[in-house]
Amino acid sequence: MSKIAEAFKNGKAFIPFITCGDPDLETTAAVVRAAVANGASLIELGIPFSDPTAEGPVIQGANLRALNGGVTTDKVFDLVRELRTDVTVPMVFMTYANVVFSYGAEKFISTCAEIGIDGLILPDLPFEEKDEFLPICHQYDVDLISLIAPTSENRIAMIAKEAEGFIYLVSSLGVTGVRSEIKTDLESIVKVIRENTTTPCAIGFGISTPEQAAKMAAISDGAIVGSAIIKFLEKHGKDAPSYVGEYVKSMADAIQI
Amino acid sequence: MTNPNGRFGIHGGQYIPETLMNAVIELEEAYNKYKNDPQFQAELTELFNEYAGRPSRLYFAQKMTEDLGGAKIYLKREDLNHTGAHKVNNVLGQALLAKKMGKTRLIAETGAGQHGVATATAAALFGMECVVFMGEEDTKRQALNVYRMRLLGAEVIPVKSGTATLKDAVSECMREWTTRISDTHYCLGSVMGPHPFPTIVRDFQAVISKEIKEQILAKEGRLPDAVIACVGGGSNAIGSFYNFIEDKDVRLIGCEAAGRGIDTFETAATVNTGRVGIFHGMKSYFCQDEYGQIAPVYSISAGLDYPGVGPEHAYLHDIGRAEYVPVTDEEAVQAFEYLAKTEGIIPAIESAHAVAYARKLAPTLDKDKIVVITISGRGDKDCAAIARYRGEDIHE
Repeated sequence: MSKIAEAFKNGKAFIPFITCGDPDLETTAAVVRAAVANGASLIELGIPFSDPTAEGPVIQGANLRALNGGVTTDKVFDLVRELRTDVTVPMVFMTYANVVFSYGAEKFISTCAEIGIDGLILPDLPFEEKDEFLPICHQYDVDLISLIAPTSENRIAMIAKEAEGFIYLVSSLGVTGVRSEIKTDLESIVKVIRENTTTPCAIGFGISTPEQAAKMAAISDGAIVGSAIIKFLEKHGKDAPSYVGEYVKSMADAIQI
Repeated sequence: MTNPNGRFGIHGGQYIPETLMNAVIELEEAYNKYKNDPQFQAELTELFNEYAGRPSRLYFAQKMTEDLGGAKIYLKREDLNHTGAHKVNNVLGQALLAKKMGKTRLIAETGAGQHGVATATAAALFGMECVVFMGEEDTKRQALNVYRMRLLGAEVIPVKSGTATLKDAVSECMREWTTRISDTHYCLGSVMGPHPFPTIVRDFQAVISKEIKEQILAKEGRLPDAVIACVGGGSNAIGSFYNFIEDKDVRLIGCEAAGRGIDTFETAATVNTGRVGIFHGMKSYFCQDEYGQIAPVYSISAGLDYPGVGPEHAYLHDIGRAEYVPVTDEEAVQAFEYLAKTEGIIPAIESAHAVAYARKLAPTLDKDKIVVITISGRGDKDCAAIARYRGEDIHE
């Protein structure tokens, strides 16, 4: 069984996203530990990319701050090694295909397995292109996470049938970022997913308030929050961990009701 | 050359967010439906001929030929098209396709502004809404084109992210497309991005080499020895090459923007300095660092200032069918001035990269050889920037 399944076995999962190295790797480590201590079930770690085409302005800013601070893929691997001395919840990487490809797919994915990364989310790797990395992911037992979008329609069943780890259901059209309202008919999408797989499904994009998180988790298996967390880093920098911890607690509590 | 899933050798593909997958599938289905539809082709030909002014001339550059003292030089005058560049070929094709698909809004990225102007023009003609994304840096370099786009009724959005140039305009356009898909067609301006764009754009631009072939056969009774074109994403180059790919004796030469030189970081010569990567929806060559971060490239030419190259060019390079040579800012500026003084033709600074290489190549060839240079656009838009390069400050 995928280690990621552990994140979903005790009720709904709260999944925070953190860009590694924003503003520095020490702060990232402290934020991860604060999130875990306050109820995060799975951590999504972003490896910064120069041109993150699926991100809105907030996460673009985090990528830029991290790269300007000198973060590299190797330094992110070191961060994970250090985190794994005490952090036991599942962790996945979110990055772009070129970061993996350029490093050497086998070298990248085997390192993920070695340091305790359980899955990989690549927003620019759709179903049709997953063979780029999937055979290597299987070889090293790293889950390649599938995304399903509001526009997926006739593709939902096809993607869900082959999904592993968990399914990242994109709540809205557009890029990442806080939204006041999520209008997509997600219940219908989740219904098709459930008909085709037992792989858990978490909803992300646009979620920032405990009310939104509770609503999203109620119709799925969990909620993913990125930009709202990055905003604490944008505002408080090195002092962000305590704010993030408090916020994660409010979100993790809200989705268990 | 395209195989069914949009690959050119190892290059190409569809590396895009799931949100856009049905949009590109819908586009591919529509394109496959219309590309062989006689009525669609008749409408497009009518637009090409009556609106854009095709066929463009293949002009024998006698003075340049005599001055260089080698091969006969012909200029394929895409600069004479309506809107002043080859970009209109692709845009009229895509806008017509979008209209058939029921789309009412076009979005586009632009570098030098030529593709933005062409898209704004087609949108005006077809009564469609138009939004153009342009790097903020480029809106300053090409202020006249910004005005032209607005005059044509388009909204121009300056892109401030990243290096604020063409690559960031493409990224922002992709982001915009994920936000609003149902009524919007992304009118991509070059032979790049996810499948089917590299194939669609190439097919619409292939009219250039189709005409060159007919014209040179009529004038010279034989094929040229070399076809030279500038390469950013590579749409005028693939258009100029395409119908000669099977004619193995015709050298195909793409001129990349070397900026301040391929031994510096201030370059945009992707094939010469980049390596294989995955970005903007495609696998191809990209300028990037050891960790795959896309490099902030540089060229005096806003239209060639892009860190990647179209996947079919990457493939033609891999199999050795086309050559890709670097041309520096200084060489391009000299060629810009040279063509103006020698032939009375002011080329776009992009096209001047091709002229620059021809100036080196032609003297090495016998007088019975024939070289065709594609003048992809006219240079009016560049006059202020070239004057600045030469230390002269003129108001546009």
